[in-house]
Amino acid sequence: MSTETDSIAIDRDIGNFFYDVTSTRDAGVGLTEKTIDYIVDVKGEPEWLREFRKNAYNIFKSKPLPTHWAGDELKEIDFDVIRYYLASGGAAKRTWEEVPEDIKRTFERLGIPESERKFLAGVEAQFDSEAVYSNIKKAVSDQGVIFMGSTDALKERPDLFRKWFGKVIPTGDNKFSALNSAVFSGGSFIYVPPGVKVKHPLQAYFRINAENFGQFERTLIIADEGSEVMYMEGCTAPKFTTATLHSAVVELVAMRGAKIQYITVQNWAPNVFNLVTKRGLAMEEAEIKWIDCNIGSRLTMKYPGVVLKGRKARGEVISIALAGDGQHQDTGAKMVHAADETTSNIVSKSISIGKGRATYRGLVHVPKHLKGCKNNTECDALLINSSSRTDTYPAITVRGTGNSTQHEASVSQINAEQIFYMQQRGLSEGQAMSLAVNGFVNDLVSQFPMEYSVELKRLIDLEMEGSVG
Amino acid sequence: MSSIVIKELRVSIADKEIIRGLSLEFSKGEVHAVMGPNGSGKSTLAKVMAGHPDYQVTGGDILMDGVSILEMAPDERSRQGLFMAFQYPMEIPGVSNAIFLRAALQARLPEGEELDATEFYHQMYEKMDLLEIRREFTARSVNEGFSGGEKKRNEILQLAMLEPGFAVLDETDSGLDIDALKVVAKGVNTLRGPGVGFLLITHYQRLLNYIVPDFVHVMSEGRIVRSGGKELALELESRGYDWLKAEKVEPVGAN
Repeated sequence: MSTETDSIAIDRDIGNFFYDVTSTRDAGVGLTEKTIDYIVDVKGEPEWLREFRKNAYNIFKSKPLPTHWAGDELKEIDFDVIRYYLASGGAAKRTWEEVPEDIKRTFERLGIPESERKFLAGVEAQFDSEAVYSNIKKAVSDQGVIFMGSTDALKERPDLFRKWFGKVIPTGDNKFSALNSAVFSGGSFIYVPPGVKVKHPLQAYFRINAENFGQFERTLIIADEGSEVMYMEGCTAPKFTTATLHSAVVELVAMRGAKIQYITVQNWAPNVFNLVTKRGLAMEEAEIKWIDCNIGSRLTMKYPGVVLKGRKARGEVISIALAGDGQHQDTGAKMVHAADETTSNIVSKSISIGKGRATYRGLVHVPKHLKGCKNNTECDALLINSSSRTDTYPAITVRGTGNSTQHEASVSQINAEQIFYMQQRGLSEGQAMSLAVNGFVNDLVSQFPMEYSVELKRLIDLEMEGSVG
Repeated sequence: MSSIVIKELRVSIADKEIIRGLSLEFSKGEVHAVMGPNGSGKSTLAKVMAGHPDYQVTGGDILMDGVSILEMAPDERSRQGLFMAFQYPMEIPGVSNAIFLRAALQARLPEGEELDATEFYHQMYEKMDLLEIRREFTARSVNEGFSGGEKKRNEILQLAMLEPGFAVLDETDSGLDIDALKVVAKGVNTLRGPGVGFLLITHYQRLLNYIVPDFVHVMSEGRIVRSGGKELALELESRGYDWLKAEKVEPVGAN
């Protein structure tokens, strides 16, 4: 057990620090067409992208805030005081030595270079709007794998980039995908050639350092026929008194027989609005698996999805959400079956602490003309205090005679007798709670890579420490 | 001598008095049995000793080595050396027996000190062998899907690992078949010694054939109504509990 040890005392605020880094490139405060012109010019982007961004900006303006879902807390975001692009200039560095000192210190404190040495095939580190570091191990790049920031990919691989960019998630999918399309910067671009299986995970780390800032990374992963890749992302930001916005768009394309695993562990500060659109397109016999862990943030709205486009494609969403006091995790999954014999699996577990609120929204769609499709949905919610809240909104439409779905949902509360039992063995009330919560998510946590599951358990322990009393 | 002394204890739950001036004392190195009919307050006694929050102590005291434990949280009582084997052990889904035991032992170490994992497993396996518990048990969730016998054996395993100074066993024999009972008794008999005092709470004399007590107390209507040697248990076995009520004996303090 790693309760009350020194490492915890440091980890409590692992992301809560910032260095005064001067950004030489700053689009200023608020969002107008001029902001977009600034971004396009400073990044040296082609004209088609300027048009694309401006079109997206108009869609963003025309769409209402989705307050009918998450609620009025969305109104706390003041789009006019946010800064939409901040960077120090220069391309992402290939070695940590080249990264500017203050920025390097940030990532060292977050343990990124160390993880890279230990178990990663490649790392990209984004600081505010741009990647500051991007490196892929030679053995992996020699296989033809491309791993770079989206800014670089636009310049170096415009063919591959443009072919799939915005195809999985159209600009007008929702207000925040439109916002991202208007002002996106950073994020990863990955291409895995046919048949290549990337053994070790590729990792990106998204760091927000500035106050009143919005981070809008755009990630596009293409796994060509029969290839395999695992991508992991981590995110942190310091705790500011004003709202910080994080609004990413992530598109995955798994060609015939390819496998993509996308793993997220986010630990945002409680002032961050995390409004993210993630979707994958799975071709014949391809497999896309989202493993998603949401801890922290003021409000998270995120529903990773898979469009099962080819026969026998498989989609999976495994998600853990932990809503602490004053936080709202509005998360879920979307599975759109669009071919015969496609299968999807959704397992969602949420924990609400104090006045925390966890919402599950699931969409499963199987049209009538398809045959042999299967869906399994399980959502379990654990409430820690009597003031905690959970809601489940499953929208499952399965038509046709040869298709099946299975849906299970449960809500449980930590039982006082369980806590007493554990206390009788010497655990404090907080330790007992923490152990019970870890037990609740244990089967899902074990699906994360080891380094992440250890970190996850620690984060849960931390959240639980403050929940007793 | 190191002992637990219960003095004139009065306990209520939801304004109903269950224990009505109970006095009892047991020391390390001794095995005491508390017997009594259903509803006499036996399980309440165990729970209140362990500090269950539902019970309200309205009078008297419980001293462990001369110090009152009434103000201590349940976990502090545990770390001070008081163990209770539950009549109905709780299930903790997703938490393996090994992790649970490690957490419980870790909680006893001073801050900053880490439990030695190798030594831990060595000890656990040794004690599991004694209780005829198979190795794969360590990876199973605490009590989840366990049979009645497995749950009770697990309680004794936890007892063996935590090495308390005082152990209260609440109806550990209930729900056990004769073979499981023998295994549990063997475990307890192995742990018997000068370092630990046992309080066995039981409805039936049967358990006492296998764990022979030094002292037997009879509880009725929230009090100890008679105390004696192991032969008292046999007398209860042959005569039942009704004669106690008929005799209307005065409460007798232990020893």
